[in-house]
Parts: sequence; structure tokens; C-alpha cells
Amino acid sequence: MPAIKSLEELKRVREEALQKKQAKAAAGNIQVIVAMGTCGIAAGARDTMKSVLNYIETNNLSGISVTQTGCIGLCEQEPILQVIVGEEHKITYGKVNAEIAQQIMKQHIQNGVPLKDHVLPI
Amino acid sequence: MREIALHLLDIAENSVAAQSRNICMAVYENLQSDLLLVSVADDGRGMSEKTAQQVLDPFYTTRTTRKVGLGIPLLKLAAEMSEGELNLITEQGKGTKVTASFRHSHIDRMPLGDLSMTFLTLLISYPHIHWVFIYQITDRLGQIHEFNFDDCELKETLDNMSMTEPSILKFVRSMLEEGIKPLALQAAN
Repeated sequence: MPAIKSLEELKRVREEALQKKQAKAAAGNIQVIVAMGTCGIAAGARDTMKSVLNYIETNNLSGISVTQTGCIGLCEQEPILQVIVGEEHKITYGKVNAEIAQQIMKQHIQNGVPLKDHVLPI
Repeated sequence: MREIALHLLDIAENSVAAQSRNICMAVYENLQSDLLLVSVADDGRGMSEKTAQQVLDPFYTTRTTRKVGLGIPLLKLAAEMSEGELNLITEQGKGTKVTASFRHSHIDRMPLGDLSMTFLTLLISYPHIHWVFIYQITDRLGQIHEFNFDDCELKETLDNMSMTEPSILKFVRSMLEEGIKPLALQAAN
């Protein structure tokens, strides 16, 4: 069963990631939350998730936690993505396709400036 | 929904919401018997007989944020459109298993879609759940090709390290893709 490519390799990757993460820990925790109720999934939330993960991987961004939530009652605004930076208030974005997700990752997560046009007033 | 893999993601969300600790997602493609079978089995809180009847109705949901629950009815419809059916086995306090079957070659059968992304999304979003993914293909000659993934070893080695650290993410993503892609090609032949 070739389930895990190589545990040795994973151990090595983990050690490196750990060192990098510790160096970064002071910068504050960043959370990205993708809404994945039936409505979100049908509207393309998995592509939004893929886009977020892809951005993290290609830009080598450490210390970001990616989670998901269910339907938050704004089905018509799906896919919905929420961002929490450190102690700041949660910011909720609507109609976040893969492309907008990339913009949010760049402007909000990396540069600290929320993308006003896509923020939902909640 | 445009893919069976998206339905699976959606059904697994129900399992998570039912406070499951172990969730097994399985996909069986049998080209000999022209059958596609998918299932999500959990050890969550399960349902009473009455509730199990009700979840097939789109106007039933346990959520409070919206009044219709479409997950299971949508999958049922997708299965029935391609000469298949949806099966629900559940016991209160024990867990639930949802199975959907499809005639593999049926013109209206939805494509399986991106299984590796569905698996990755679940693994990353719910690290506290023990995930088992099974993808098995029986080709036209009756030979079995399979990708079995149990996240035990992975999590033990990671030792609470987040799967969204870029290098770990890359490792897990490519592991799933490399395991699934060759099988998906088998099934397409």
C-alpha cells in the first residue's frame, strides 16, 4: 500500500517547516475560513479552497491556518471566505471565486489591506 | 453540483457535523459490471428511523441558518438519473453510512471529478478527524487497482504540525494526486 510516499521524507519536511514556523510565530496568527455548506460547495467553494492552498504553496506562506465552516445563511453570496488576522475582527467576503481568492491572499493576507469591494456588510 | 467528488465532500460535511471521530470515504469503479459506487461511513451520532426518512426530503434540515437541506436529496437525484440509487443505513449513537450507486457508462452519470482535492480539503479542514480514503478500480479484465489512504501514519509523523505549512501542504497534496491520478486514467480507458 503506497499510501505515504516516504515517512522519512515527511519527517525531514516537517523539521524544516517547524523551524520556519517558529521563526514566524511572532507575526501573529492568520486564519482563512472557507464556507462549505451544500450552498458553498455548489457555488464553487472547493475551487476557492484550492486557490487559497495553491497561493500558500506557491508563495511559501507560513503560519496560516485554513479551516472551513458550514452554511452561514448567506447562500446567495457563496462562495464565502472569511479572514481573521490576529486580534482583528473577522472580515467576510462574498462571491469569492478562485481569482478573487488570489487577490484576497495577496492584498489582505500578505499586505494587510482588505479588499473593500468584496467585503460583505455583516 | 457538477461532480460526484463534490457530492462526497458535501455528504462528509454531514458526518463532521454529526460529531464523528472516524470517517471513511470510498469510491469503487467497476468497469466489468459497469457500476460506480461511492460511500461515506461515519461513527457520528446517527439518526432515528424517522429522521432518516426525513433527510431524503429537501425541506428537512437540522441547521438553523436556512430552511432547506439539499445535500442528500441532490445526491439521490444524481444517482437515480443514472439508474442508480441512494442508500442510507443509520443507527442512533452508532453512525451513518450513505451509499450511492450509478451505472458507470450511463450518459447522465456525473463525472467523478477531482477526488484528490475533495480528500485534501477534508484532511486539512478537519485535522481532528481520523480519515480513511479508498479508491478502487476494477478494470475490464477484472484486475483491481487501488489507492488506500489512512491518515494515521501521516498524523503521527506530523505530530500536530499544521498541514497548511507550505512544504507539508505540498507533500500531502502531491501524495494524494500521485496516488489517484494513475487510477483515474485507468478508469477512463
